[in-house]
Amino acid sequence: MSTIVYISSNNGLGKSAFEAVTYAKKMGEDVIAVTVGNADSNVLAELGQYGATKVLVDRNANSDDDQQITKVIASAVSSTSANKVVFSHDLIAKAVAPRLSVRLKAGLVAGAISLPSTDGGFSCKVNVFSGKAFGNVTVKTENKIISLLPNSIQPEITGANCSVEDFNGNAGDSKVKVLSTKKPEGEISLPEAELVVSAGRGLKGPENWGMIEDLAKELGAATACSRPVADIGWRPHHEHVGQTGVAIRPNLYIAVGISGAIQHLAGVNGSKVIVAINTDAEAPFFKAADYGVIGDAFDVVPKLVEAVKKFNASNN
Amino acid sequence: MKILVCISKAPDTTSKIAFTENNTKFDENGVQYIVNPYDEWYALVRALEIKETIGGNVTIITVGNTADEAIIRKALAIGADDAVRIDAEPNDAYFTASQIAKYAKENSFDIVLTGKETINYNGSQVGGMIAEELDLPFISLATKLDLNGTTATLEREIVGGVQVVEVSTPFVASCAKGMAEQRIPNMRGIMAARTKPLTVIPVSSNEEFTSYTSYTMPDAKSACKMINPENMDELVALLHNEAKVI
Ligand SMILES: Cc1cc2nc3c(=O)[nH]c(=O)nc-3n(C[C@H](O)[C@H](O)[C@H](O)COP(=O)(O)OP(=O)(O)OC[C@H]3O[C@@H](n4cnc5c(N)ncnc54)[C@H](O)[C@@H]3O)c2cc1C
Repeated sequence: MSTIVYISSNNGLGKSAFEAVTYAKKMGEDVIAVTVGNADSNVLAELGQYGATKVLVDRNANSDDDQQITKVIASAVSSTSANKVVFSHDLIAKAVAPRLSVRLKAGLVAGAISLPSTDGGFSCKVNVFSGKAFGNVTVKTENKIISLLPNSIQPEITGANCSVEDFNGNAGDSKVKVLSTKKPEGEISLPEAELVVSAGRGLKGPENWGMIEDLAKELGAATACSRPVADIGWRPHHEHVGQTGVAIRPNLYIAVGISGAIQHLAGVNGSKVIVAINTDAEAPFFKAADYGVIGDAFDVVPKLVEAVKKFNASNN
Repeated sequence: MKILVCISKAPDTTSKIAFTENNTKFDENGVQYIVNPYDEWYALVRALEIKETIGGNVTIITVGNTADEAIIRKALAIGADDAVRIDAEPNDAYFTASQIAKYAKENSFDIVLTGKETINYNGSQVGGMIAEELDLPFISLATKLDLNGTTATLEREIVGGVQVVEVSTPFVASCAKGMAEQRIPNMRGIMAARTKPLTVIPVSSNEEFTSYTSYTMPDAKSACKMINPENMDELVALLHNEAKVI
């Protein structure tokens, strides 16, 4: 039996692609990566280093059309007699994995955070209640699909580049026409980021975000914000984290001037380490944080930026 | 335009999360249910706005039991025309999606909308599954939806950016922030909701692909270590040496 990993390769290969292949490899069967679009074969071959034995590319399918991608993966499943499909739980997977679940009659674990356990049935751990608890999802079907939450395992290099083969997945016609694609440049995608610097209403206004961006830049972190900050338009909506925004689980989450309301914590309490900076010693964030600084962001953040600069300089 | 909006119940965002029966069931004791915010704020309100500009009908559908009629009445009070309840307690995304898809197939809608995900199980699965069952295009995580005749232009979130796509009706979309603004039902809406038609239909199949077999709570956090605001070098050193995250 083999395991198929679907890779979104529109923007080259991200860390989440390596995580998904590593995860599939750890499941113990032959790993075949599948992608669509026109990524460079030399780049795709790197998936071999993480455990793929080959990469199948359908260069005719539209990488923005979930219906076409679904058909390509289904063809790959039948031609390789795979019984498991792994995705990284990104925006493409959120559209494609449910479709594939219906097409293959395969139960889907959406947002897995652990390798499957096979004692007493096939099950995986996921976040539920927006990160306030964990659930164990048991898949009852013969075929299985797992969509892996980014930053849940570390990519591991175990081998060398693998072969990349053209594949015709019979994607059919595309019913979705892409009119335009806007990508903010130079930013680190929030769900994939290992380090995140986030700020809230305590910053008083959008003009004060310079120091937050400086801190993020020094750390190599992505920026995020609380909901009211996105609602009033101080920051773009895609930065809004929490129960009704993006749920993230970076290694480090630094919260500046955010009170720590339950709906905010729901989206960030999967972070490995949390630092809270707040003037109010009673702010609820301190109950969820590992490190706390009681102080004014306008004093503390510039000092922290300097300290990180010093650290970076001495580590180079 | 005939629009079908899928709504789900979800525990109020401040609910205490706990489990019973040896951690196999969500403890509903004292939990207040609301309409899942994505379904209500974005999918339903955008459907109503479309109806208000070009005419049509907005039907809401939920898979749920009698107790869920409270959230159905809320959605009707906000302005939906009629409602369908498929009589079952859903435990699996495929189970839910297949019931809704069957109804949608039999009653042919131009647009089927869901919320981005529910705030309790966060699966983001039902919309895509309905689309596959109906063999329709699916625009996931749409933040904008405009119609011109039978052509729809939608914006959707892509990794770190925004994409504009065009599809023809019929299609399925899941709705995220940006799509519309929350509406508070008024007294007239609440009164009218009482007499709007609600059809209850039995389940069509019991097929499930997955089930939640147990739950666990995160480990309690150890106490927060306080750092002197004058000493950010110490914080950086702790993040490096102790937490090992930088
Ligand atoms: C259904 C529902 C869903 C929601 N979903 C979300 C969600 O997804 N994400 C989300 O974030 N919120 C969400 N909320 C809102 C949430 O309840 C809070 O209102 C929100 O998180 C508060 O944002 P804030 O911490 O930035 O602002 P505030 O609550 O105003 O807190 C500002 C903080 O900054 C501190 N401060 C002030 N000045 C300074 C300074 N100079 N230096 C340092 N600290 C300072 C204050 O002490 C305070 O703690 C939701 C609410 C509801 C009802």
